[in-house]
Amino acid sequence: MTLPNGWEMVVGLEVHTELKTATKMFCGCANAFGSEPNTNVCPVCLGLPGSLPVLNKMAVELAMAIGVALHCTIAPSTFHRKNYFYPDMPKDFQISQYDLPINSRGYLDLPDGSRVSVERAHLEEDTGKSTHLGGSGRIHGADRSMVDYNRSGVPLVEIVSGPDIRSSAQARAYASELRGILIATGASDGRMEEGSMRIDANVSVRKSGDPFGTRCEIKNLNSLRSLQRAIDYEALRQIEVLEEGGTIRQETRHWDENHGETSTMRTKEEAEDYRYFREPDLVELNPDQGWQDRVRAALPPMPAARRATLEGLLGEVTDAQRDAIGTVVELDLDDYVIAAADAKVDVAVAIARSANEIAADIENVSKLSVEAFVNTVSLEQKGELSATQAKKVLSVLLESGGDPASIAKSLGFEQMGADALGDLVAKCIEENPSEWQRYREGDEKLSQFFIGQIMKLTKGQANGKAVIAELQQRK
Amino acid sequence: MKHAVDIAAAVNAKESSASAELQSSLSVIEEKNGAINAFLYVDTDGAKKFAAEVDARIANGEKLPLAGVPVAIKDNLCQTGVPTTCSSKILADWRPPYTATVVERLLAAGAIPVGKTNLDEFAMGSSTETSAFGPTKNPLDLSRVPGGSSGGSAAAVAADMTPISLGSDTGGSIRQPAALCGLVGIKPTYGLVSRYGLIAFASSLDQVGPFAKTVADAALVLEVIAGHDPMDSTSLPEPAPSLVAHVNDGVKGKRVALVKELYEGADEEVIASVKAAVAALESAGATIVEFSIPELRLGLSAYYLIAPAEASSNLARYDGVRFGLREQGSDVTEMYEATRTAGFGAEVKRRIMLGTYALSAGYFDAYYGQALKVRTQMIKAFAKAYEQADMLIGATTPTVAFEFGSKTSNPMAMYLSDVFTIPTNLAGDAAVSVPFGTGENDLPIGVQILGPGRSEATLLAAARVLEIADGRA
Repeated sequence: MTLPNGWEMVVGLEVHTELKTATKMFCGCANAFGSEPNTNVCPVCLGLPGSLPVLNKMAVELAMAIGVALHCTIAPSTFHRKNYFYPDMPKDFQISQYDLPINSRGYLDLPDGSRVSVERAHLEEDTGKSTHLGGSGRIHGADRSMVDYNRSGVPLVEIVSGPDIRSSAQARAYASELRGILIATGASDGRMEEGSMRIDANVSVRKSGDPFGTRCEIKNLNSLRSLQRAIDYEALRQIEVLEEGGTIRQETRHWDENHGETSTMRTKEEAEDYRYFREPDLVELNPDQGWQDRVRAALPPMPAARRATLEGLLGEVTDAQRDAIGTVVELDLDDYVIAAADAKVDVAVAIARSANEIAADIENVSKLSVEAFVNTVSLEQKGELSATQAKKVLSVLLESGGDPASIAKSLGFEQMGADALGDLVAKCIEENPSEWQRYREGDEKLSQFFIGQIMKLTKGQANGKAVIAELQQRK
Repeated sequence: MKHAVDIAAAVNAKESSASAELQSSLSVIEEKNGAINAFLYVDTDGAKKFAAEVDARIANGEKLPLAGVPVAIKDNLCQTGVPTTCSSKILADWRPPYTATVVERLLAAGAIPVGKTNLDEFAMGSSTETSAFGPTKNPLDLSRVPGGSSGGSAAAVAADMTPISLGSDTGGSIRQPAALCGLVGIKPTYGLVSRYGLIAFASSLDQVGPFAKTVADAALVLEVIAGHDPMDSTSLPEPAPSLVAHVNDGVKGKRVALVKELYEGADEEVIASVKAAVAALESAGATIVEFSIPELRLGLSAYYLIAPAEASSNLARYDGVRFGLREQGSDVTEMYEATRTAGFGAEVKRRIMLGTYALSAGYFDAYYGQALKVRTQMIKAFAKAYEQADMLIGATTPTVAFEFGSKTSNPMAMYLSDVFTIPTNLAGDAAVSVPFGTGENDLPIGVQILGPGRSEATLLAAARVLEIADGRA
């Protein structure tokens, strides 16, 4: 979307990601989504009097992995208490990092070549989850509120970008690329729908070249689509206010997905004074160089590097293929494509089949062995299966696994013998003399006409390339 | 009452039993607690079960350092299923589902926790007068305070209800009542004793420690409860120091510094006792020096910003949502307000307000931030002093036990009773209060011996010299 009248948006994102540790950040309770409410709890994560936090080593390791992947400086850091009252926060303070975060000053390169700075990526604990019944669905005015403390104390990393983003599409690309990195590092499962990755957007507008305008922070962005829509809505709202001679108030706004608009949650004057101070129950966190080096060495390739690898297998890359490669990497299907390349099978077909057919049934990907995939694409390339047939074989493989050749046979895809196809082609030529005449005179487009006729007769089971070969023979 | 070391020896030798020792402790409690109010809760059934377990272990051939020794537990230490109130209405009915590490260690060592003792509400006070459940009386003079905040634990030992007890010391809450009740009290080095299960007042200052009638008993209890605990991140990594074996090491060749700021302003009789203690250490072979540490004068001001600041955050969780008192309100904010208004007493509210203010935007640098700088100065000043002396000596409190009501109307006067004890907490170092001499009405006077981190063995050896010189053992 282009903004009107020379306006430019300035966006910074705060991305919260839950870390995929076995246990919580400061106690031994399971870090698991979807358990019976209030079953993964203990004196520490319930904030019972006398309990004390002990930092989870794995959480530190995953936070460092994120820092390394985002080119951050890892430094000695401390924990602070962020004090405010809310029923889903058992201690009525959140343990977070403040002036000395574990990771600072990094960056993230986007697929379009732009670079977004990362100011910090710090550790903090999650709160419990509230459900408000009755009223507006918020705590005030609710008939009754319920809290599940299973999420209380789950480790989070908050990744804060610089105000470098200039469009909602770029914001989306940043969030998407970051999500890929979080998954690749093993730090997070990136499931936005389960709340394991949550985004707040800081949005302001200005005329290009002017100083930054007053920003508003938008909360409750639970999908990449919401993120993009909310930023566009908010930028246009601010422009409208300013063009009518108004001013923007610094405030926190809530995104309403159903109505597609943002509304005021609280103004700057109503903002809490969090009274941050050093958490006296925890000591300084100072990961030694050896530990940092081990985390760095154990880090697998990031999405950008993996995309480059796959693009390298193609040589020349179309935009559609670039998108398909993005999907392959996002869904972690690189192995299928690389195995196809190793087997000297058509990489372009392997990428297309991965990005379309496997992607369509990604929940079942574990049933499709790399070998079966390569064999299927190979049969297609050799002309023993049509594209339609190959897709069908893949869908059966994803459903129940098995051997591609046997599946093709059981589906009746056993390659039509060259004789049978030859007979059909001959019949077609006989029935369509004028088209045959024009084809013979050089109108190559008519090959598609004959392929269509043959497909009709064979219910789509013929191989297009084989049909052309038969036509050529008879020219 | 027999001393802890004697009870343990007799029970280990099967000359006595844990059950018999418990019974005599329960009888004294039954007889005296009504007048003294040392215990808020006596866990008779639980204690009998623990005693039977210890007797079974002894019958099995185990030797336990505190075999069958009854112990009183300050009511800010958690024990599974036993009411733990911090002497506050807000926790009046709360029973923790877990046990503090120090109590676990006492149980493992064969001690018998008999019940929970009174304190100033959330350990905020110096007399037990801020307890929501009435003050504890000083067993040596029922018209006077036992000191605080661990006044119940001090009174329990002074009244021979138990030979030993646990208290907690944030600004003097073990040493001051020890002095006022004529007991030995130790504020261990910060991190030497686990805080897991100690209900926090000011986390960077709180430390659990023992009360006992003798230095040897106090050393034995500290040896049992000290040492690294993986449940407390601020716990020192080293194993517990050997203390009992060094109690009789004496002070020969030790450099003892009499520090002006640790006694000036005290009553004449208190200063006289401190000087007599110095003379006793000198005749036992110590070298005496005198100097001034002016930074210590800033301790009280810094403490009354840092401790309330941490408390304002530590006490936020008493909000009526998950446990403890809940008062009704028309929405959650009103419920919070009604609960905290009804649940906390005046002193706790005063400190929450002080601390909230000190941490607020716009005031942080001038108050809390400044107090942290003072704390750093104090740590440096102590470190410099310990280059010139192995230990410092002064008074524990400015006066002997005072009368009820004499300081309750003036919080500053009450705060000043901790002026000599607070600096050690800010520095995270160790200190011991040991009875030496008496004052007005024959009431005991406490002398304070201070040392650097992990100097407990040295301090206890010096306290032992004074104990002998005072004709106490």
